[in-house]
Amino acid sequence: MSVLAYGVVAWLFLVGVYGVVTSRNLIHLVVCLSVAQSATDILLLEIGYRTGGHAPVFVGLPAHPGPAVDPVMQALALTDVVVGAAVTALLLALAVQVHKRAGTLDPDALQATRD
Amino acid sequence: MSRRARLALFAAAAPALAVTLGAGLAGLPSFGGQITSYARMLSELAPRQRHITDVVSAISFDYRGIDTLFEEFILLSAVAGISVLLRPLSDETRQLPEDKAPDRTIPPPSPAVWLLAVFLSSMLVLTGIETITHGQLTPGGGFQGGVILASALYVVYLGTNYVTVERFQPAPLLEAYDGVGAFGYVFIGLLGLLAGAGFLSNVVGLGVTGNLISGGTIPLLNLVVGVEVAGGFAILASEFLDQTAVIRTRRR
Repeated sequence: MSVLAYGVVAWLFLVGVYGVVTSRNLIHLVVCLSVAQSATDILLLEIGYRTGGHAPVFVGLPAHPGPAVDPVMQALALTDVVVGAAVTALLLALAVQVHKRAGTLDPDALQATRD
Repeated sequence: MSRRARLALFAAAAPALAVTLGAGLAGLPSFGGQITSYARMLSELAPRQRHITDVVSAISFDYRGIDTLFEEFILLSAVAGISVLLRPLSDETRQLPEDKAPDRTIPPPSPAVWLLAVFLSSMLVLTGIETITHGQLTPGGGFQGGVILASALYVVYLGTNYVTVERFQPAPLLEAYDGVGAFGYVFIGLLGLLAGAGFLSNVVGLGVTGNLISGGTIPLLNLVVGVEVAGGFAILASEFLDQTAVIRTRRR
């Protein structure tokens, strides 16, 4: 079970990195970076998981059987999501300006337009 | 960088990545096993100590409140960076597109689309406020609710047009939201110092567990973060929208 769970994280991360390395479009590159970054969200949640655990919300509704999962990891995943969104938005803004200046989004073609 | 150079750089870095990734994955705890004693302690202590039911909020806005302060400033600086990057440059100008066919008017959105936009945006505002204010009770909080609030503006844009949505989101107001939200967090943190405790100490009355007003500073911090995130994401959307709608190269 551990192999499968953490295998997903490694696979997502490597798929994202592969996309970044071979990308031919800056927007595609930013999306690949978000894919690689989402691996960290899953990793955080998986580290905090307990078999049969429930959400760390302790309301008085039907009593939750079993233990709660790790709330610290969920708080860190929240931070991760927010920072990821900020980075993605900033990179997309850069891509907009690159396209205006260079007329292309292909990272390989950028050096030819340098003046 | 050419494609070949990029691949060569990655090939050189790949072994280091493989070793780090392998070592990191090998050192992970087994999936679904024990959680840390820190987490167990917080799960048991937080509801009694802070009178909340959502422990994640208590961690984000109380036990690890400084982290969230920096996180909020990361978001603020990202929004500021995007505003600077996407400003009209020296060879650009802000103007609405010229109507090349004034005799043919653009048909307004169909009543169904308009009705759906009105319905959806009001529901989104309601859901956003609900998510922000119930952060200490149920999953949610300032960050999630703020994004929902900002998305109400996108729906207004889908149902109407650029000029209408600009009236809904005057830029100075959005920037004020962003700044007031960010510095509201610092201000609430300073309340702790004024009360003679540490920065970001939970010094406000805690209330009754499960009530809407409970948890001391946690709902207040959720509120300021919600204002900041809603303003920030609305600025993001309008900056990107301006790029396609009104910012164009000045004619020589």
